[in-house]
Amino acid sequence: MSSELVVLPGRTERRRNRRPGAPGTARSGRTSHTSPDQGPPGRPPADLEQTPLDRTGLDRARLRHDRPVRLPASRGPVSEALLELLDTDPDHETPGRAGAHPAGPDQDRLQWSGPAVAAPTDDDLQLALWLSYELGYRGLAGVDEGWEHHPVLLAARRGWERVLLDGLELLTVDRLGPADPEPTAEQVVAALETLAGTERGPSLSGHLMRQATVRQFSEFLVHRSLYHLKEADPHTWGIPRLSGAVKAAMITIQLDEYGLGEVRAMHAQLFRDLMRDWQLDDRYGGYVDEVPAVTLLASNVISLFGLHRRWRGALTGHLALFEMTSSTPNARYARGHRRLGGGPRAAAFFDEHVVADAVHEQIAAHRLAGGLARTEPELGAQIVFGARTVALVDDLFAEHVLGAWGTGRSSLRRRLVEGRS
Amino acid sequence: MTGPLRRGEASITVCPDGPLLVRGAVRLEDAEGTEVDHDRNVIALCRCGRSARKPLCDGSHRGSRFRDPADADGIAAALAQPGGPADDPH
Repeated sequence: MSSELVVLPGRTERRRNRRPGAPGTARSGRTSHTSPDQGPPGRPPADLEQTPLDRTGLDRARLRHDRPVRLPASRGPVSEALLELLDTDPDHETPGRAGAHPAGPDQDRLQWSGPAVAAPTDDDLQLALWLSYELGYRGLAGVDEGWEHHPVLLAARRGWERVLLDGLELLTVDRLGPADPEPTAEQVVAALETLAGTERGPSLSGHLMRQATVRQFSEFLVHRSLYHLKEADPHTWGIPRLSGAVKAAMITIQLDEYGLGEVRAMHAQLFRDLMRDWQLDDRYGGYVDEVPAVTLLASNVISLFGLHRRWRGALTGHLALFEMTSSTPNARYARGHRRLGGGPRAAAFFDEHVVADAVHEQIAAHRLAGGLARTEPELGAQIVFGARTVALVDDLFAEHVLGAWGTGRSSLRRRLVEGRS
Repeated sequence: MTGPLRRGEASITVCPDGPLLVRGAVRLEDAEGTEVDHDRNVIALCRCGRSARKPLCDGSHRGSRFRDPADADGIAAALAQPGGPADDPH
C-alpha cells in the first residue's frame, strides 16, 4: 500500500491552553488534516459525525452508542469471499442442504490455505476473522445480523481459528521456548511473572516515551483504537464461563474497565477522549482499513479465547498478562503524550491504567489465573498459553511498528499525511 | 481466601513481592487525619518504595529487589514474633 491519504477528520471542539504543535492545536508541518471531503472513499464527511456541545454542556457525542462498523476493503481471496457472503441473505437456504448457501460464494473460497506459521500475520485471514467476530460486537454496517451464528460462517471461522491456534502455538514455542505441559497453580503464576518480567527486544513504550514524533504517536493510537474502543469487551465473554472466587476476581477487574458503570469513566470512553485530543477519528472500527494484520490479531486472539468456553483458561491467562504488562508501559505512554503536548484530561486514559492495572495485575495473577489453575488444574498449560500469546502479539506488534518507523515508513497500511499546514 | 466479606467490611491483601490491596469502605487520610476522597473500588499501596505514584503502586516493584513472599504463615509469624511490634514494650 503506497497511497497517501488522510484518515483524520477535523473536529469542532474548541481547544484551550495548548502549546504550539501539540496534538489538537492547529499545527504546522507535522501530521495534519485535509478537509473532510478528501477523506477515504466510504467515509462520510466528518461534520456528519460530530455532535457539538449542547446547551447543558453535556457532550452528547461522548455518550453515544457505537454504530455498526463500516465494511472494510478485502485483503485477499478469503476476505473477499466473506464480504460477498455477508452481502447476501442468511435466511435464504436450500432445504435439505444443511449449511449450504446458494446465493453466496463457493464455500471452498472461504478456506484459507496458507501455512499455520503465517496465519497470525496474514492480512486476508486476520481480516476475515475480525469481520466474523465483529458480528458479535457492534455489528457490520449493512450486513444482516443473522450471519452471526450462521452455520456457513461458523464452519469457515472454525477453520480459520484452527490454523491460527496452530500458528500461535508454533510461534510461541519458537520465540518463547517450550512450555511446561502440566504446570501446578504455583508454576502457572510463576510462569506469568517470568513472562511479565522479561524484556524481549526493543521497547515500543520506551520509544513512545522519549522519541516518537506526533505522527508516530498518532499511528500508535490508531492501532490501539481497534481494541480500546471496545476495551474489556472481549474478556467479558468469559464471565458466564467462570464461577465462584475466580468469577469474582474477573468482575473486580471488569468493574474498573467499565468505570463502575459511569459512562464517562469507561476505559473505552477515556480512549475516545484521547483520540479526540489527538484529532483522530473516534468512530468504532473507523480505522480498520488502515491497520495491519498484527493489529487485528491482537483483537482476534481475545475474541477467539472469549467466544469458546473451552478456551476459558487461555482467556484468563491472556487477561492476567495483559494486566501484568500494563502499568509501566502506560506510565511511559503518559510521558510521551505529555512530551508531545497532549491534553491533561486526555492523559486520564494512561493515568487510569497505571493505577487501576497495578491493582488488576495482582488480582489477575493470583486470584483469576492462579485461582482457575487451583480449581481446574487441567487448565494450567492453557492459562500459560493464553499469557504467552500476549507476549507474542506484543512482540510482533513492537517489531512491526518499530521496524517501519526505523526505516522512515508508516506502520499503517496507509500513511497519515504530513507536511500540510 | 477466607469467608464471605460482609458489605462495608474492609480487607487488606498482602501481595507477594508486591503492594497491599485495600478493598472496602475504608477512610483514606494523611498523618494529620485529613481525609482524601477517592472513588476507587480497590487501591494498591506501594510496599517496595519504587513507585513514582506513591502511596499508590505503579507496578515498579517488578524491576526492584523487593521480596516478600507474604503468605499467611509468614504474616502470622511476623505478627507473633517475639521482640516484634506486638511484644515491643515501647
